Amino acid sequence: MIKTDILIIGAGPTGLFAVFEAGLLKLKCHLIDALPQAGGQCSEIYPKKPIYDIPGFPEILAGDLTNNLLEQCKQFEPGFTLGERAETIEKQEDGSFIVTTNKGTKHQAPVVAIAGGLGSFEPRKPLIDNITFFEDKGVEYFIKDPEVYRNKRVVISGGGDSALDWSIFLSNVASEVTLIHRRNEFRGALDSVEKVQELKNKGIIKLITPAEVVNVVGHDKVEAVVVSQAEHIHKELEIECDHFIPLFGLSPKLGPIANWGLEIEKNAIKVNNALDYQTNIPGIFAIGDVNTYPGKLKLILCGFHEATLMCQAAYQIINPGKKYVLKYTTVSGVDGFDGTRKEAPKQVVKSID
Amino acid sequence: MEQDITIKIIDREGVTHEVLAPTDMAMNLMEVVRSYELAPEGTIGICGGMAMCASCQCYVLSDTKLPEMQDDEEAMLSEAFYVKENSRLGCQIPITPDLEGLEVELAPES
Repeated sequence: MIKTDILIIGAGPTGLFAVFEAGLLKLKCHLIDALPQAGGQCSEIYPKKPIYDIPGFPEILAGDLTNNLLEQCKQFEPGFTLGERAETIEKQEDGSFIVTTNKGTKHQAPVVAIAGGLGSFEPRKPLIDNITFFEDKGVEYFIKDPEVYRNKRVVISGGGDSALDWSIFLSNVASEVTLIHRRNEFRGALDSVEKVQELKNKGIIKLITPAEVVNVVGHDKVEAVVVSQAEHIHKELEIECDHFIPLFGLSPKLGPIANWGLEIEKNAIKVNNALDYQTNIPGIFAIGDVNTYPGKLKLILCGFHEATLMCQAAYQIINPGKKYVLKYTTVSGVDGFDGTRKEAPKQVVKSID
Repeated sequence: MEQDITIKIIDREGVTHEVLAPTDMAMNLMEVVRSYELAPEGTIGICGGMAMCASCQCYVLSDTKLPEMQDDEEAMLSEAFYVKENSRLGCQIPITPDLEGLEVELAPES
């Protein structure tokens, strides 16, 4: 059982900033995210795109914002359960909550903050009839541990950054990498496209375009995929492989959170925006894009504000009646849970003769 | 309101909506769909309009002249599902007076 003060569901910008604000109040956080890395949409959908409305940053890449937020909250030593989706929540007699993920990991905290954005990212599965049968039997939509593919024959399909980047990476690990895409053109960073071109020329990556995987073949695990190729004349071929990795991006779904008894409106969780962003269930908060209230704007900067106020309310729940006054980091510095201390340099007082 | 145009949008349930869209607010077709809430929030315009998610895919039913498809839209559609000859991404279609009478159907959610 993982125990913490504030259990944050969603490791996007709002959830990460909540770790920092909670840390200032000496509250510890643990984050759960369905994605294998922190950053939410910022790292999954548009890491290389600029954002222009983060206060104090005239321009910042979404991926850099994620890295900055991780750096900012680092001294408060957040725990992470990544690649797992929060599935159920149970209220305990002492008022705390136990949240269990789809992999069975249990987390307990007196306060739960849902910072789930548009929901947990589910892979977009290609429209192949029997594909669900082969899930975890050679069909994977995420690559969590590249070692699984060592000396295996891998077929990747997709035309974006992740298809390109994983083809490049796995070409050093797998015995055979075949990349299949519906077009000859790829939608990735230029250097990734060039690298794949180079590996293709060297015969390290096999490229089949324009083509599409239309079927998966195998008895109890993936043994081959059927590829339909459309160049010149239409033909179908079978490629023997151990793994088929379709990388067609992810789409967010509110998922199991929708069944937690929270008041939902327009795929978002209703909160009390006049006070603390608490939901209809005391002790459960919703912050960032996942919540809604009159006048709600789905902006990262609004999520930061909501996270800050949520932490104040969480402090009251965790330390009932305990006095607290707002402190400015410039004045009081930042004391990390890892023993580090950041503080403003002392003023130099020196007389002039 | 002379700067408004009329667009016909068939939602994912098959219901036709005739809506007025302003041409002076730098809106695109995806945003018009969202502003009239013709698809549930969170199922359209997920990437915000960067041609990076295809959740605003629609089929163009009228022969309205549309802006030519750019590389990123074409690339995104080549990864999307349920794509047809007349597929476009709504976020890549700015609302201009030329679009008067446009008819589109929203593609299924995927």
